[in-house]
Amino acid sequence: MQLTVWTYEGPPHIGAMRVASAMEGMHYVLHAPQGDTYADLLFTMIERRDTRPPVTYTTFQARDLGGDTAELFKNAARDAYERFRPEAMIVGSSCTAELIQDDPGGLARALNLPIPVIPLELPAYQRKENWGAAETFYRIARGLCDAQPGAARERRPGPPTCNILGPTSLGFRHRDDLIEVRRLLDQLGVVVNVVAPLGARPSDIARLPEADFNVVLYPEVAGVAAAWLKRTFKQPHTTVTPIGVGATNAFIREVSALAGLDASVAGAAGGSRLPWYSRSVDSTYLTGKRVYVFGDATHAIAAADVVSKELGMKVVGLGTYSREFAREVREAAARHGVEPFIGDDYLDVEQAIAASAPELVLGTQMERHIAKRLRVPCAVISAPVHVQDFPARYSPQMGFEGANVLFDTFVHPLMMGLEEHLIGMFRDDFEFRDGAAPSHLGGGAPASAPEPVAVETPAAPAHAAWSLDAEKELRKIPFFVRAKARRNTETFARERGLVRIDLETLYDAKAHFGR
Amino acid sequence: MSASPGSLTCGAPPAERVITHERGQREVFCGLTGIVWLHRKIQDAFFLVVGSRTCAHLIQSAAGVMIFAEPRFATAIIDERDLAGLADIDEELDRVVERLLARRPDIKMLFLVGSCPSEVIKLDLSRAAQRLSRRMTPAVRVLAYSGSGIETTFTQGEDACLAALVAEAPAAPAESPASLIIVGALADAVEDQFRRLFAAIGIAHVSFLPARRASEMPAVGPNVRFLLAQPFLADTARALESRGAQRIAAPFPLGSEGTAAWLTAAADAFRIPRARVEEAIAIPRARAVLSLERHRERLAGKRVFFFPDSQLEAPLARFLARELGMEIVEIGAPYLHRAHLAEELALLPPDVRIVEGQDVERQLDRCRAEKPDLVVCGLGLANPLEAEGFATKWSIELVFTPVQGFEQAGDLAELFARPLLRRELVEV
Repeated sequence: MQLTVWTYEGPPHIGAMRVASAMEGMHYVLHAPQGDTYADLLFTMIERRDTRPPVTYTTFQARDLGGDTAELFKNAARDAYERFRPEAMIVGSSCTAELIQDDPGGLARALNLPIPVIPLELPAYQRKENWGAAETFYRIARGLCDAQPGAARERRPGPPTCNILGPTSLGFRHRDDLIEVRRLLDQLGVVVNVVAPLGARPSDIARLPEADFNVVLYPEVAGVAAAWLKRTFKQPHTTVTPIGVGATNAFIREVSALAGLDASVAGAAGGSRLPWYSRSVDSTYLTGKRVYVFGDATHAIAAADVVSKELGMKVVGLGTYSREFAREVREAAARHGVEPFIGDDYLDVEQAIAASAPELVLGTQMERHIAKRLRVPCAVISAPVHVQDFPARYSPQMGFEGANVLFDTFVHPLMMGLEEHLIGMFRDDFEFRDGAAPSHLGGGAPASAPEPVAVETPAAPAHAAWSLDAEKELRKIPFFVRAKARRNTETFARERGLVRIDLETLYDAKAHFGR
Repeated sequence: MSASPGSLTCGAPPAERVITHERGQREVFCGLTGIVWLHRKIQDAFFLVVGSRTCAHLIQSAAGVMIFAEPRFATAIIDERDLAGLADIDEELDRVVERLLARRPDIKMLFLVGSCPSEVIKLDLSRAAQRLSRRMTPAVRVLAYSGSGIETTFTQGEDACLAALVAEAPAAPAESPASLIIVGALADAVEDQFRRLFAAIGIAHVSFLPARRASEMPAVGPNVRFLLAQPFLADTARALESRGAQRIAAPFPLGSEGTAAWLTAAADAFRIPRARVEEAIAIPRARAVLSLERHRERLAGKRVFFFPDSQLEAPLARFLARELGMEIVEIGAPYLHRAHLAEELALLPPDVRIVEGQDVERQLDRCRAEKPDLVVCGLGLANPLEAEGFATKWSIELVFTPVQGFEQAGDLAELFARPLLRRELVEV
């Protein structure tokens, strides 16, 4: 039993819904009680979808449990087929139906519907949303591709072809990433065979094996299916996610190699403003800024690389809620020299962020709240999605335009360089008082804004006592670096066995830790 | 068109109403959703859902924009170890509750809220609540109720919660003076308005259930009369009656007419002369009537279709038909409590179509065929219907917004007028 304040992922059947809703001609019959229909509003409200998700719920009630819930499922599946006439159907249980063990797969088979019916086993008490999406996409590919064992694919004449795998409904910027990546592939001269699940029909899924290789946009969704396609049809797939300038260039090289093309064609030409913006002098103040990164594995790893290699900031923490990709995140954390955080306990994430005293948080909507409480700037880089993650404007994360978006997204929440200095110099200025928001973001924080919440670390060692004048001097340090100064000074004092921190200790520590 | 309070017995008696019952896919929230407003109402209570990841995801999604820095609700997510019996579920629950309360020493009342999975595996949360209550007393009282989707629909979660509160409520001493309890969560501002009105009418001892703090829940006994502020409180009313309290039958306080009749019914029960009531409510009632005029122009003659959601559908339809001149195409309701709604049903137009239960597909077919001017529906249906060209009003807003009482009558009308106004304004 896990105490959960906020969840990063829904249950696995939400992942299946994201796949089914992304497709055309697919219908999902879900054995579930009435309350589970809330899931529709994720699609209609957050994504502003203009049709109902293609999902039929059995909506059984307590009084049905003594009777025949299996019959209820069969009727729902039969009616759904008659009404919606899908080309294929996926069937399964939500968490409650899993407990009553009605076997939707077997029941649907017994109906002998004239379309492919793909049963899903999504263990709701072990797995979560992204796993559910990956499993569903894999089952659909397996169910609809004609897999002749060991069938070696022939390289067809003509331009190289690929599938783009992974974009779904309710994905973080999937809509725009897809446009950007298609543009890259176009420039390289690679023809897109099928995009799936987003926009694909069941008949398109059956054509997946015709491509020369697969582009995996989101390993969380497409990893399992891509691995199966590789095993079954000898279709290689990409391993680089093109988020950031460096990764986009690496992606172009990888695609070129898979397609047998000359990589130099598209690389430099694509261009991005990020490299020059990052090298321009106004970005100097970004140097060494402490950044905590948390999100799904793909976006967290990519953001950590972008802030450190492309913006010159310092990653002070890297975490993910994607347990399936813990290994990849651990490797990335090791590259950045930080301890990885793998887990989905919001309270633990909050503690980890507070303990690392970051100057910028890149996270999900949930970290936005943590950052607000800690009064640290924050930008959102990953699902779980919020209505704001479906901006009206074009706003990809991937490719060269994506790199431009990332520069703006990561830098705009910060206090600008000169402003930071002015606050340091004129700290008693009434408009630049503690808690004043960056001027370009408008409106100041209320004057009575509370001090950052100190989250107790359980094994916190006893601190040396602060003298009154040292404490007063500490207050003169701008609030956004004060927590770090306090921490550094206390570490310094502890290492030297000092029981009291006075003015001298404060400045000794400053000299010791000075960047 | 506000009827005088005495005229409410006219109209068809409920027995003559044809109420169609429909079964099929339901498109409604489960009772857990009530936590979203109940945790704001009872300010020192915490709601711990014992359920699955789906439950946590539901509340989070329903709360949507209402994400607070530190919500007073959470989910204890059951995992495979609990199901396989590898973990002692009582010990697990104790551990979770301890962690939770250690973080929030300000919590005085903890609700363990049952869910579909906890009901199906027959987890006895009442017993767990008793055990935990014994351990935590007097700092924290622990109560249990079910908000599961297999037993409760949307607002029925509040009913289950309030029924649990009634079971634990202190007993009113036999010699205590006659008192009135208003039952059903109301916005604080609305509560304060009603408090002033009851004082002006001359009912001295008035309290509200739920109270804003755990320690202030009203005492219950045979000298208590209660007035329902919401139409979905069947179990709560039964619990109150089983402790000797008597229900005052009345329409619900929506619109000027409903509010006047609701207050008058209470006054009648306390044998307060009608003239005194008329005097006390004259000014706010006139204000309410005035506030409706502006919206009547836009709404009169327009046809409205209700999808089932909160059980507020019948009283709302009565308000729209009688005070704003709207034509009711269909009243869909998840459940209709015949006795509690008797006064409302009597006031509805005689031939209005009332459908209890739901088959969402067939209901959508009827809605499309009828082409109403306004559709009142849940969030899952609103945008798809808008895309088909219908003007919609999200029904959940009718539960989350202060709409009861004279001062809110205009606001309530405005909620229905706004989608139509918006269509006139927007040119893209």
